[in-house]
Amino acid sequence: MSLVFAGIASHAPGITGRAHMADADVVREFHGAYRDMGRRLAAAAPDALIVVSAEHFANFFMNNMPAFAVGMAGEYEGPIEDPAWLGIERRKIPGDAALSGRLIREMMQTVDVAYAEEWKFDHGIMVPLHFLTPKYDLPVIPANINCQGPPLTPLHRAWAFGEAIRRAADSVPQRIALVGAGGISHWPATPDSGKINEAWDREFLASWARNDRAAMLSYTDEATYRDAGQGGFEIRAFIAVAAAACGRGTIQHYRPIPIFAVGCTVASMEIGRQAPTCRT
Amino acid sequence: MQKFLFDVNRDPGLQQRFLADRAAVLNGYPLSAEERGALMAGDVGLVYVLGANGQLLMHFAALLGMEWSAYIAAMREGVARHGPVRAGIYAMTTRLDEKVADV
Repeated sequence: MSLVFAGIASHAPGITGRAHMADADVVREFHGAYRDMGRRLAAAAPDALIVVSAEHFANFFMNNMPAFAVGMAGEYEGPIEDPAWLGIERRKIPGDAALSGRLIREMMQTVDVAYAEEWKFDHGIMVPLHFLTPKYDLPVIPANINCQGPPLTPLHRAWAFGEAIRRAADSVPQRIALVGAGGISHWPATPDSGKINEAWDREFLASWARNDRAAMLSYTDEATYRDAGQGGFEIRAFIAVAAAACGRGTIQHYRPIPIFAVGCTVASMEIGRQAPTCRT
Repeated sequence: MQKFLFDVNRDPGLQQRFLADRAAVLNGYPLSAEERGALMAGDVGLVYVLGANGQLLMHFAALLGMEWSAYIAAMREGVARHGPVRAGIYAMTTRLDEKVADV
């Protein structure tokens, strides 16, 4: 039928795995905002949820790295990480192979996506699902943008991918929800873990919320690496959602939580006119 | 070295075989002597300096049973002992004596 929900959220593994190391009130507020987003998502009555994330070598590696990949399985498994380390039990997650196939065919009209009938979810998808669909009862369609192994997917192609997602979602009879998962500035998995450039984050989120395509696509990888760390490359997931939703965004939660290694974000976007008419 | 980390992170069977007999598993990978020595010893600091992608290394450290603060400290010590990270996009940008996020 159409895209019925769009949002973005952080996916850092510390959000669940190191929750006990952060201030309890701060965690309660953030986790609460995350769960509220899940309730809004459920209220949109979606038939499936596309999670656009930046994975971390759980499935795709430098031996054959796609710029974009979309899952096409009837069932997935996650987390790939040690469940105790991540704080999320390993389980099966329902997919919808036929729906994936229809969506992928439409996306391929403009973007050369790889498809994958096997996909093990890492924290990039499991952390969002933990809060958004805690019963794991909504079919999930994973999508990945290469934010990890340079050469990275160019930002303007992430935008084009978002447009393709929107067109595909609008072409099927099902109601589709879309969530982009990733970080803004952060230096994860280094001794710098916990370093956060709040000013950079707020500027990016402001551009995202007013759906300012030119501003979001103006970042070079060199400047992002310098100012926002290698984790900042994950803005691609947020950019794709802005392109798909084509509306104005609302930031429900943003707060740097250093032990979670990221400025913890929950935001949603109204569904505007169909891309590619959304050009600012 | 990164291919080994990729494989072991996503295969519980390989994790068990590695923990039981590290040398036998590593024989299947083309590693430099320094890489092999670091993986055999579970020297997370040296693996970090050699340029392993941080996401790959983070889960390998968890497999070795390292607590979060010990894992962060091991990377910092690796840079102190061996110098800056030699490859990749996971270089350290903070000072050696700097505690980020209180760890």
